[in-house]
Amino acid sequence: MFESSLRQQGDALRAKKISSVELTQLYLDRIAALNPRLNAFITLNQDMSLAQAHKADARLASGQGDLLTGIPIAQKDIFCAKGWLTTCGSKMLHNFVSPYDAHIISQFNNAGAVNLGKTNMDEFAMGSSNETSHYGTVKNPWDTSRVPGGSSGGSAATVAARLCAAATGTDTGGSIRQPAALCGISGLKPTYGLVSRYGMIAFASSLDQAGPMARSAEDLALLLNTMVGFDERDSTSLQREVEDYACNLNKPLSGLRIGLPKEFFADGLDNDVAQAVETAIAEYKNLGATIIDITLPNSRLSVPVYYVLAPAEASSNLSRFDGVRYGYRAPEYTDLADMYEKSRSQGFGEEVKRRIMIGTYVLSHGYYDAYYLQAQKIRRLIAQDFTEAYKHCDVIMGPTSPSTAFKLGEKGDDPVQMYLSDIYTIAVNLAGLPGMSIPCGFGENNMPVGLQIIGNYFDEARMLNVAHQYQLATDWHNRVPQGLQGNE
Amino acid sequence: MSLTTQDVTKVARLARLAMNEAEIEAARSQLSGIFELIAEMQAVDTKGIEPMSHAQDVSQRLRVDKVSESNQREAFQAIAPQVENGLYLVPKVIE
Repeated sequence: MFESSLRQQGDALRAKKISSVELTQLYLDRIAALNPRLNAFITLNQDMSLAQAHKADARLASGQGDLLTGIPIAQKDIFCAKGWLTTCGSKMLHNFVSPYDAHIISQFNNAGAVNLGKTNMDEFAMGSSNETSHYGTVKNPWDTSRVPGGSSGGSAATVAARLCAAATGTDTGGSIRQPAALCGISGLKPTYGLVSRYGMIAFASSLDQAGPMARSAEDLALLLNTMVGFDERDSTSLQREVEDYACNLNKPLSGLRIGLPKEFFADGLDNDVAQAVETAIAEYKNLGATIIDITLPNSRLSVPVYYVLAPAEASSNLSRFDGVRYGYRAPEYTDLADMYEKSRSQGFGEEVKRRIMIGTYVLSHGYYDAYYLQAQKIRRLIAQDFTEAYKHCDVIMGPTSPSTAFKLGEKGDDPVQMYLSDIYTIAVNLAGLPGMSIPCGFGENNMPVGLQIIGNYFDEARMLNVAHQYQLATDWHNRVPQGLQGNE
Repeated sequence: MSLTTQDVTKVARLARLAMNEAEIEAARSQLSGIFELIAEMQAVDTKGIEPMSHAQDVSQRLRVDKVSESNQREAFQAIAPQVENGLYLVPKVIE
């Protein structure tokens, strides 16, 4: 049962072939047995999960079961969930038991889903390897000497290891797509504004977006249907008509125009990744798609632009952590300023402090125009490149990440090398477009490769169709890491 | 671009981060590397380009100015580092 899709699990629950309590216990047992080697969870709370499962079973018994009712879903520890420890991967929030639910947590609760636990992540979602978590590094299920990617590395690892059928993630510069690629699962970052940010701990507010992570595009569609929706508590939440993201899954792909940006296949891309992506593109030709060469000339500037804008917004967002109303407070201090400084220095990790410093610098007097304003102007040029490209194609494809999962500690001392691992994903956040990653083969050392699919604004239904048709023709998404197939 | 020790000390103070000399020096060298990466965007001609602050061109929604949240003082103060009689305690700031 732990290998079945969300739809199969939902059908089994509604047909009373299995109860939610049984399904939840099955996953909790699997987590107890296998998570110690992966460290994919920060918090598990068997009592709270099973209480939700009991409620789901009562709802199913009364015939009121919805598509996700009774299904356990792992939640990234960036989402506030009432009564759950919510750390965001930081010592700063080591004791923060949330007094309220994030919007998406309420949506899952309303659907009757079970919160299976809070997944490990890079501290405040700042990282591409999960090595910045205060709660220890997550290991990649395909090779535990390698990183799972980040920042949603715990969610990616837990889905890849079949410790849950689905998880949530957030993506500010690639934090859903890159770990999905490195762990061999499917993940989708929706159009900015589609999913409410209420109760999702803020990193860079103009870029942050939550999305689903699962094994297949079909499962992602089901999750996305539950996660989206207007929420007045998020000032950037968009008011749109309700859409069924699963409605186009079965459309054939004949006539689909796929744009390949030449910048995504240039220097810096590893051969094994290039090969797997090219093979996937060939498969799309078999499925009836046409390939169009396109160019995104300003995308090369996306990393520098991002490392001005995201830290600037982060330095502002993270100024709220001062040791007064919640979170970590230093044990000793002399006065108020000393209390702020010591609490923040001891509560934040190195990468978070580094980004706060960059942000504070670029926003400081005399530097604002040269950095922040210049970055915002180039952000528009990057977005305009995509608008131009979509005049000629329906979706854009390329690699999600320039390499497969690297070794733990390999990029630890060099922040710039780490930042460059998000080179193909960041432009999508800057433009606010939807992007996804699906497994498309294996590279050196048998590590998974992700194919990135970038859509036009609000084109998630088409992207999921494009991904689903590929997954009907291939079986990469059904591969399970060695040693995790059974209940050993 | 190379940052000076004074630059880093000033930024640390503005960001309310306590740092000792060794930490300042480590931050200086790492931040200099990052600003080298960032410098790549300085050469781009952006004359006449409107800055982009958000992905969607929509205006900020307004709401009626009325109370929408219920009082949850006890729940919120239960997770505070130090409270007394419903107040958050911090070190004395006025003599």
